[in-house]
Amino acid sequence: MTDLNKLKIAEARDLLRKGELTARELTETHIKAVDEADVLNAYIEKTPEIALEQADKADAMIKAGDAPAMAGIPVGIKDLFATKGVHTQACSKILDGFKPEYESTVTQKLWDNGAVMLGKVNMDEFAMGSSNETSYYGPVKNPWRRGDTDTVPGGSSGGSVAAVAGFAAMGATASDTGGSIRQPAAFTGTFGIKPTYGRCSRYGMVAFASSLDQAGTITRDVRDGAIMLEAISGFDSKDSTSVDVAVPNFEAALTGDIRGMKIGIPKEYYLDGMSSELEALWQKGIEWLKAAGAEIVDISLPHTKYALPTYYIVAPAEASSNLARYDGVRYGLRETVEGGGLEDMYEATRAAGFGDEVKRRIMIGTYVLSAGYYDAYYLKAQKVRQLISNDFKEAFKSVDAILTPTAPSAAFAPGEKSDDPLAMYLNDVFTVPASLAGLPGSSVPAGLDEGGLPLGLQVLGKPWDEETVLKVSGVLEEAASFNHEPKVWWR
Amino acid sequence: MTYIIQGAHDDFEVVIGLEIHAQVTSNAKLFSGAATEFGAEPNAQVSLVDAAMPGMLPTINEECIRQAVRSGIALGAQINKFSKFDRKNYFYADLPQGYQISQFSHPIVGEGVVTVDLEGGKTKEIGVERIHLEQDAGKSMHDQHPQFTYVDLNRSGVALMEIVSKPDMRSPEEAAAYVTKIRTILRYIGSCDGNMEQGSMRADVNVSVRKHGEPFGTRCELKNINSVRFVRQAIEVEARRQVDIIESGGVVDQETRLFDPNKGETRSMRSKEEAHDYRYFPCPDLLPVEFDDDFIEAARESLPELPDAKKNRFMEELGLNDYTAGVLVAEKESADFFEVLVDALAKKAGKDAGKVAVKASNWLTGDLFGALNKASKTITESPVSAAQGADLLALIEDGTISGRIAKDVFEVMFETGKDAEAIVEEKGLKQVSDTGEIEKIIDEVIAANPGQVEQYRGGKDKLIGFFVGQVMKATGGKANPGVVNKLLKPKLDG
Amino acid sequence: MSNIDKATVAKIARLSRIKIEEDKLEPLAGELNNILGWVEQLEEVNTDNIEPMASVVDAKLRWRTDDVNDGDKQESVLKNAPRAEFGFFAVPKVIE
Ligand SMILES: [Mg+2]
Ligand SMILES: [Zn+2]
Repeated sequence: MTDLNKLKIAEARDLLRKGELTARELTETHIKAVDEADVLNAYIEKTPEIALEQADKADAMIKAGDAPAMAGIPVGIKDLFATKGVHTQACSKILDGFKPEYESTVTQKLWDNGAVMLGKVNMDEFAMGSSNETSYYGPVKNPWRRGDTDTVPGGSSGGSVAAVAGFAAMGATASDTGGSIRQPAAFTGTFGIKPTYGRCSRYGMVAFASSLDQAGTITRDVRDGAIMLEAISGFDSKDSTSVDVAVPNFEAALTGDIRGMKIGIPKEYYLDGMSSELEALWQKGIEWLKAAGAEIVDISLPHTKYALPTYYIVAPAEASSNLARYDGVRYGLRETVEGGGLEDMYEATRAAGFGDEVKRRIMIGTYVLSAGYYDAYYLKAQKVRQLISNDFKEAFKSVDAILTPTAPSAAFAPGEKSDDPLAMYLNDVFTVPASLAGLPGSSVPAGLDEGGLPLGLQVLGKPWDEETVLKVSGVLEEAASFNHEPKVWWR
Repeated sequence: MTYIIQGAHDDFEVVIGLEIHAQVTSNAKLFSGAATEFGAEPNAQVSLVDAAMPGMLPTINEECIRQAVRSGIALGAQINKFSKFDRKNYFYADLPQGYQISQFSHPIVGEGVVTVDLEGGKTKEIGVERIHLEQDAGKSMHDQHPQFTYVDLNRSGVALMEIVSKPDMRSPEEAAAYVTKIRTILRYIGSCDGNMEQGSMRADVNVSVRKHGEPFGTRCELKNINSVRFVRQAIEVEARRQVDIIESGGVVDQETRLFDPNKGETRSMRSKEEAHDYRYFPCPDLLPVEFDDDFIEAARESLPELPDAKKNRFMEELGLNDYTAGVLVAEKESADFFEVLVDALAKKAGKDAGKVAVKASNWLTGDLFGALNKASKTITESPVSAAQGADLLALIEDGTISGRIAKDVFEVMFETGKDAEAIVEEKGLKQVSDTGEIEKIIDEVIAANPGQVEQYRGGKDKLIGFFVGQVMKATGGKANPGVVNKLLKPKLDG
Repeated sequence: MSNIDKATVAKIARLSRIKIEEDKLEPLAGELNNILGWVEQLEEVNTDNIEPMASVVDAKLRWRTDDVNDGDKQESVLKNAPRAEFGFFAVPKVIE
């Protein structure tokens, strides 16, 4: 069989169950594909031995007859999920050499489901970035290029999307704090889904902003997303913000039937200066859903414009505290100063260990929480956040899902925005509001821009209603019949 | 008595507030399943949560919530059915997360009041501002290695209750009495073992001084004082220091200071360290703590009789005086001992508890406490149990031995742990009440002392004491003094 | 309008325990002012009588039973330590 690495998860699952394919074959093909994709810099740690061992276990599981859906499926793991004994650094120098003595709940669930770990994938340092240019391990290249020009894969889950779009993993774990699953999915023609906050355990996930961080998946299509998301979802008593609700059969939600469903179109998402092709794509999406029998409803989310500034107070504030544990005492990097003491060690370690963007956010966060500024910044932001959440609650009284573009543009060139933090932050303008409200959301590949780069549409749902998000995503995918692939240049 | 610090020009008053950190009695830590036990190998009672490994998350221990609520009820405080956890951010090697999870804006317990017992039977009400739950830090050891500080995280994450008083105290004595009372109450209800040497209870003392009638002065915080005696000394020294500064025209800086009991001075902890900015904000890893009235009621019902109520009962129902009742309830173990003692004695003697309680308390606070003191033992280490004590006292009650003999018997009991009856039996100490036997001895005494008989009969009544003494001497103290008195007089009178 | 000067940057850097070289303070002040100036548009929003959002999870905290089921893993705890001796983490001394 050729191009095993181009199989979708659902296809491979069926072949594996029928005995027409073994997990070992599938894994060996992928190990090779991972090596061939080195130039993408998607993987920062490869684990072929673990992969083969898991593959053999999966084959035994499959033979025994009741293998779970992810059995034998090779995946990439974002470097912020703790994997026991394996490189876990959130792509920061400050966690230099760190190998946890524990496994994150999300990855544990994957292994329990028979999945195969190809390695740890690259990301923006501590998930802070929208282009995967802040990683200590260097930038990730997007398999999609504008002609012969490199583009960024988006971020922070840049390694996850590059691996999946570059056929070097069938799926990958990812995490979304303000759009880090959806935006890179849009940049790479992949399907990304972030579930409701509380759906996936944060146990063993390196924290960026605890009230926003949520695990999710990157896959090549919606069905695969449903399968993989179901595998990593579920209540975990080790995470106090994990919510004890049943996980539905997500794949079963993909009925394609959205007749009578009400889809909201928020007027505030029509940005000044939005490109005409993006607006056209959004319009196309509206038409597709209408054609499938949905009712389109104009809605208003009045505080949308304040979501980004709110996010850039709340997230750095939490980060400044979450990242205080990286102090050179118990793990990771330690830099000492000749003749210096404990305080010098802290300052030297953190100066050497954190990259510029991380330092910037820690300092912003420290400032907005400090005496005299707390009320004006942090408290104000948490109040506006409540208003943003209220906007969604109000809107969801009259609609079942919301359709918007995922990102304001297609993938841009490396370096294009990395000198201007604000320009970079604006990438998340469409994804951040739902993150602040803890809502489930996806990005579906829906078309190409004039330079041949993918564009995505975002579907947002009510809390705990990933099924509707997936169902609508499936209809969009079908209608868009997005079957483009990046031209393979990286082998 | 008002406590006054005399300056060169004016008299000053001291204003004191306390923050007591009390370790919550629980098996596991506040946010992890590691043990809280004292004295393990370094870093052996540490979970990956306590060590703040990346991605580790806190989950709360219900027992710590329950104990905080019980403590609040015992201190007559407002229980908050809704409370929250905040992060207090600062860097230190034994603070693994880089923040302490504490309660800042919404503590679990609000205002309450404690009645403290002062000298001469006086009392004073001291306000409690709040009680909140928080994590303890680890321990840094600076003297083990020339270049390195060693860090042990065994205490990291152990639950503490921080009990914050109002600035209601006006003398070192009041502050000491407050700490003592809080300790007593927490030990009664079992929410903290009160062991100050092991650090289960320690106090931060806020001290300021002012001239009478003036507003509060600038306060200094004396950190981590671990005995009641040091609380008293630290306040005396610090108040004097502040008065001296003011009197010499200086200004007291608001700062954190350390009390050095060896040098008898306080000194600034702010060497080169700048002012703190703790950047409190709600801990996003936790949700609000909420419970209902049923939970509070169950906590209330689980409380034992509290020291003040017990003291009142001892006075009203058992007839003890204020002082003795106070001594007995100060430690729960003493009060418990006393109650077992009285019950057993009453049963044995077939009398009401009220009829024997004073005797029991006299023996307990006199004989037993005295002996324990001499032997440097606590009541729980007493070689004589309450039941054994009751046996001894019952022997006096029924006339088997005299009070005098009882003291000797007790001494042997204390030394050997043997029962009173066995000792009395063994040493033949049983009181002689046999009339015939005593009559025979009286006759012998009268016969042997004709001169004294002469004088007595001539009107020297007081000599009766001499004859009693002689009879007792002849019986080795075992003659029942009542019987002796009854028989002696008619014989002497002829 | 926020106006962060060099001294403020130095103070924040100190609170954050990040050593910032003297010549980086000025440019950082510029960046931070830029970002804070932008977030200050929140001032326009009327938030009277709005409670700050604490969590998107609308639930109360779950409680764990008081069981000792963790710890006793000194080796794991110390495994990644840059320096550990005799079961302790070893760190440079505080210089007074
Ligand atoms: Mg305090
Ligand atoms: Zn405290």
